[in-house]
Amino acid sequence: MTETAVAESPNDTAQGVRRRDFIYVAATGAAGVGAASVLVPLISQMAPSADVLAESSTEIDIGAIQPGQAIKAVFHKQPVFVRRLTPVEIAEANKVDVATLRDPQTLEERTKKGKEEWLITMGVCTHLGCVPLGAGEGEVKGEFGGYFCPCHGSTYDTAARIRKGPAPKNLEVPPYEFTSDTVVKIG
Amino acid sequence: MSFPWANEYKPSHPAMVWLDEKLPLPRFVYNAIGAGYPVPRNLNYMYNFGVLAGFCLVIQIVTGVVLAMHYAANTGVAFNSTEHIMRDVNWGWMLRYGHANGASAFFVVVYFHIFRGFFYGSYKAPREMIWLLGVAIFLLMMATAFMGYVLPWGQMSYWGAKVITGLFGAIPLVGEPIQTWLLGGFAPDNAALNRFFSLHFLLPFVILGVVILHIWALHIPGSTNPTGVEVKQESDTVPFHPYYTAKDGFGLGVFLFFYCAMLFFAPNALGHPDNYIPANPMQTPAHIVPEWYFWPFYAILRAFTQNFLFFPAKLMGVLAMFSSILVWFLLPWLDKSPVRSGHFRPTFKKFFWLLVIDVAVLGYCGGSPAEEPYVIISQIAALYYFAHFFIILPLVSMTEKPLPLPFSITEAVLGADEAAALNPAPAE
Repeated sequence: MTETAVAESPNDTAQGVRRRDFIYVAATGAAGVGAASVLVPLISQMAPSADVLAESSTEIDIGAIQPGQAIKAVFHKQPVFVRRLTPVEIAEANKVDVATLRDPQTLEERTKKGKEEWLITMGVCTHLGCVPLGAGEGEVKGEFGGYFCPCHGSTYDTAARIRKGPAPKNLEVPPYEFTSDTVVKIG
Repeated sequence: MSFPWANEYKPSHPAMVWLDEKLPLPRFVYNAIGAGYPVPRNLNYMYNFGVLAGFCLVIQIVTGVVLAMHYAANTGVAFNSTEHIMRDVNWGWMLRYGHANGASAFFVVVYFHIFRGFFYGSYKAPREMIWLLGVAIFLLMMATAFMGYVLPWGQMSYWGAKVITGLFGAIPLVGEPIQTWLLGGFAPDNAALNRFFSLHFLLPFVILGVVILHIWALHIPGSTNPTGVEVKQESDTVPFHPYYTAKDGFGLGVFLFFYCAMLFFAPNALGHPDNYIPANPMQTPAHIVPEWYFWPFYAILRAFTQNFLFFPAKLMGVLAMFSSILVWFLLPWLDKSPVRSGHFRPTFKKFFWLLVIDVAVLGYCGGSPAEEPYVIISQIAALYYFAHFFIILPLVSMTEKPLPLPFSITEAVLGADEAAALNPAPAE
C-alpha cells in the first residue's frame, strides 16, 4: 500500500504523465531499435556478396573484329555487344533527329571520342532483360538495322537506341576504356 | 462456431476419454471436420475444390521434400541433378513429374475454387476474412510456383527469373536496387538459384499456416451454399462426416483420375520444351512464356505498350498485372448486392460468364507471341477485366432486380419447409 502511494505521488499525477511512463517509452523504443537492427544483417545478406562484386572488369581483344561485325562478351555474367560499325551504319545513326527519340542520345554520346566506329553496349534489353538478336552472324537486326529483342519486340537502331516496342531506354553503355588500340577494358 | 444442434463429442474408449481430459485434440478434429460440424445440405460439386486444393498442397509438400533430398541448388549441377532424379533415383521420374504436374493441378483446382467464390458471392459478409486470406494464399502460391520453376535451371527457368525479377526493376528509383537485392547479383546466377531454393522450401509452410487461418475463418460462419441463403435450422444442414467426407472423397477420386492420367500419359503436355535446354545467359529463347497458370496475368502485363502520362509502359504493365490480383482484395466492397448467390442475379450471371470468357481470352493471348492480333486483343480483354471489377460489378449490384429467394435451404431442396411453416418468420 505504501509503495503505491509513493509511486503515485501528487507531483507525478498532476500533469497526467508519470516518470514511469517515460520508462515505458524508453524501454519499448530501445527494444524496437534492437529488433530493427537485427533486420539489417537479415536483409543485407541477400545483396550481392563480395565475390560477386569482385567481378568488376573484363578485358576484350577487339583486334579481329571487322567493320560490320559484332561479338558477344561477358560482363557481370551478362552479354556485352562489341560492334564495329560500318560508315553506312554511322551515317544512318547520325541522320536521325535525336529530339524525336524516346531516349534522346547521339551516337557521339554513346561512343568514345575518335572511336565512333566502336559501339559497346550491354546485350540486355532495357525492357525485361532478354538478349536482343543482331550481334551474331545472320541474326535478324530489326527494321532499324541494329538489334531486335524477340521477347516483346523491342527494336534498336544502329546506335542501339530504342526505336520501337516496350523498352524504355537505349541499350546501356557500360563504363569502359581503350587500354590500347585493340584491347577494351569494361568495368 | 458451430450450430446449436451440432453433435457433441462423447469419447467412449477409455484412452480417448483420458486424452480428451488432458488435450482435447480428438474433440477439436470432431468439431472441425467430424460429425460435430454441420454443413449446408445442398452443396454441389463446386464445393469440392477447397478440399482438392488442400490435397494438392499435401502432394506438393510431400513430393517437394523428397525431391529436395536429391536436388542440388547450384548452377553447376542443378540441371544435371534434376536429370539424375529422372534417371537414377528410384521412382524419381514419377516424383518429379508428380511435383511439376502437381503445380498445374493445384492452380486448376484453385481457379475453380476462386470462380466458385465469384459466382456464389462467397466473399460477401460475413465471409470477407476467408476471402482476403484466400487471395493472400493465391499470391503466395504464385511466388512459390515461380521460384520452383527456376530450380531446374533450364532456359525458361533462367529467363523467367530474369524477366520476373525485372518486373521489380520497373519501380521508379528503388527498382534496380531491389532487383539486384532479389538476385544477389546483376543477373540470375548461383546466388539467385540458391536463395530461390531456400524460399521455395519455406513458402509452402507459410501457405499451410494461412490455410489453417482460412479454414478457421470459414468455420466461424460456416460454408456458403448455392442458394446463398444462410443456415436457419437443423434441417438445413447435415453433419460434415460422413456426408461430406464421402462426397469430397468421391471428388478426390475423380481428381486423382485426371491427375494420374496427366502424370502417366502426358507429363510434359503442360510444360515448355525449352526448359529441357540448360540455362544459357548469352541466348534468350525466341519465344519465352511463363507457365500456363500465369498466362492471363502475363497478357495484362504485356498489354501496356505505350507510355501513359508520366508512367513508362513497363511500369504501367507491372502495376496493372499486380492490380489485376490485388483488386480481388476489394471485391467484398465492390459488389454491394445483398443477394449472395449468382443463381438469383440474372444480370450478374451474364457478366460473370463474360468475365470467365475474358480471362480465358487473356490466358490464350498470354501464351501467344507478343504480336498482332494478340496485343490488341489482350489490350481490350485487360480493359474489360478491370471494367468488370471497378464499373460493371458496382453498377450491376446497385441496379439489378434479383429473383425471389427461397425461404430456406430446406425449402430450396425439398420444395417445402414444414418446420419453418410451424414457426412462421417474416417473409424475405
